[in-house]
Amino acid sequence: MGVSMPTFKSRPITLIYDIPNSKTLQFWDGLKEGKVYATKCKKCGKATFPPVADCSDCLSSEMEWFELKGEAEIEAFTHIIIRPSSFQQEKPYTVVIGRLNDGIKILTWLKGSKLSAVKVGMKAKLVVRSNSEGEPIYMFVPI
Amino acid sequence: MVKKVAIIGVGNSKFGIRQDVNIAELTFESVKPAFEDAGVVGRDIDLLVLGSVGSGGWYEEMLPAVIAAEYCGLTGAGLLRCEAACASGSAAVFTAYSAIVSGNTDLALVIGLEKMREIDTPTTMELIGRAGYYLWEFHNFGMTFPAYYALYATSHMAKYGTTEEDLALVAVKNHKYGAMNPLAQFQREITIDDVLSSPIVAWPLKLYDCSPITDGSSALVLASEEKVKELGIDTPIWISGIGSSSDTANLSKRLNYVGLRPSVIASQRAYKASGIEPNQVEVASVHDCFTIAEIMAYEDIGLCMKGDGAKLIQDGQTEIGGKIPINLDGGLKAKGHPIGATGVSMMYELTKQLREEVEKTRQAPLNKYIALAHNVGGTGHYCFVTILRR
Ligand SMILES: CC(C)(COP(=O)(O)OP(=O)(O)OC[C@H]1O[C@@H](n2cnc3c(N)ncnc32)[C@H](O)[C@@H]1OP(=O)(O)O)[C@@H](O)C(=O)NCCC(=O)NCCS
Ligand SMILES: [Zn+2]
Repeated sequence: MGVSMPTFKSRPITLIYDIPNSKTLQFWDGLKEGKVYATKCKKCGKATFPPVADCSDCLSSEMEWFELKGEAEIEAFTHIIIRPSSFQQEKPYTVVIGRLNDGIKILTWLKGSKLSAVKVGMKAKLVVRSNSEGEPIYMFVPI
Repeated sequence: MVKKVAIIGVGNSKFGIRQDVNIAELTFESVKPAFEDAGVVGRDIDLLVLGSVGSGGWYEEMLPAVIAAEYCGLTGAGLLRCEAACASGSAAVFTAYSAIVSGNTDLALVIGLEKMREIDTPTTMELIGRAGYYLWEFHNFGMTFPAYYALYATSHMAKYGTTEEDLALVAVKNHKYGAMNPLAQFQREITIDDVLSSPIVAWPLKLYDCSPITDGSSALVLASEEKVKELGIDTPIWISGIGSSSDTANLSKRLNYVGLRPSVIASQRAYKASGIEPNQVEVASVHDCFTIAEIMAYEDIGLCMKGDGAKLIQDGQTEIGGKIPINLDGGLKAKGHPIGATGVSMMYELTKQLREEVEKTRQAPLNKYIALAHNVGGTGHYCFVTILRR
């Protein structure tokens, strides 16, 4: 192994998918206004994040939107050093799972903290910031 | 009537960076020995089930089952491909097993195949990282598989005091056995310091906490009891129970990050199906894609209490001579982890263990001849547990 063997190159392929978001547009538009929306089923009351157009519990498609707010507690974290190809231009980033007071959990980046200060149990706040491509994304910042 | 199903022939390619073979040739390397072992040829097989994930992604072919069938002389058999991420191999075994149990088929071939090294590492990580929930966890946040398991690691460490050294012990053990396995990608022993000083991939997981990116194939011939008699098989290894379960695509929707619930449920289902208790298992292969995964597996499949996994490895209970030897082929960590081949390769190894045909230094002492394969797909998205008996 390690010895390079004869090979030849396949034809290249580039795939870019057009992902529909018409049914969760409020969420994507909300981000542009600095708000993070989740959905609640009008029939059974189940609250869901990420937002959905259809309820997995009662199968109703009647949803209402509500804004996520408040403090979160970090349940798990990692600092990603080795990055996938489409994130090569990013500096290493910290991903956390934070649980909001109402029990909803969110997986996203945590920014603005020293690496050594990131701990399970730390408190964080959900905010909307621009990513390096200028798109608004939700993330946690320390309190 | 429900039929019994046995593994009657096994084969496994050398795992590693296999730039010397294309997918058809790599498949042949495991199918030929499996056929020779069982005393059958391609024409005898009614059904081929192939587990593979990377078609059109890691490797160029879209229909690997069709290519495998043509290349190994099975054209005409029923064909299909199974996907359950890193548990695709076990899903393929489950599918072929079900076909025989139901009386639909008497003789089936299962192949696990992956060719991951025809593209570069960042692209491979990209494809694997997308195998959670692209929309919600990859698109904006660039999750990787080491990172997913690192989330479990930090949570487990915070709750139970598991340390980076404990994680390192798993890698050291699995490299020790990998060094005894000629099929393994890594055939060298390592020390705790080697692990702790290796580069960080996704904190706290380091290079040596990770399974590598691997090319490999593995094959099993499965037969009904009648067929076992007809072929005069000496040492059939019976599939005595299979359990499976799943968890959410979004990691944020999981109950907690200290264990994989599908491992708990799938193992309970498998124990029940085969009428045994966890303490009757004498040798096991568990899904150690990352070192933390092996520690959680000990707990989740009932080898110890939740939170005591690190203690089991510290005390050497999962080595030969301990309570239950685990991953004596080097595990995913050292043998390598060709995604779709892994589950099949676990059964290859356990069949060899139950027949007492592995290298002497890594043979588990057996008495009841009961083995268990625990195969997780994704980050606990899928799980299959299969119990084998001689
Ligand atoms: C950790 C990882 C990023 C390293 O990839 P890489 O940098 O391309 O590694 P390379 O193949 O270039 O190897 C670099 C060196 O490290 C060694 N190495 C690579 N991966 C290793 C591993 N997992 N464990 C131990 N050594 C490893 C190689 O032998 C090589 O050593 P050498 O320079 O002495 O020959 C990659 O192995 C990985 O992503 N692993 C996880 C795969 C995964 O997610 N699988 C799905 C799990 S469910
Ligand atoms: Zn509802």
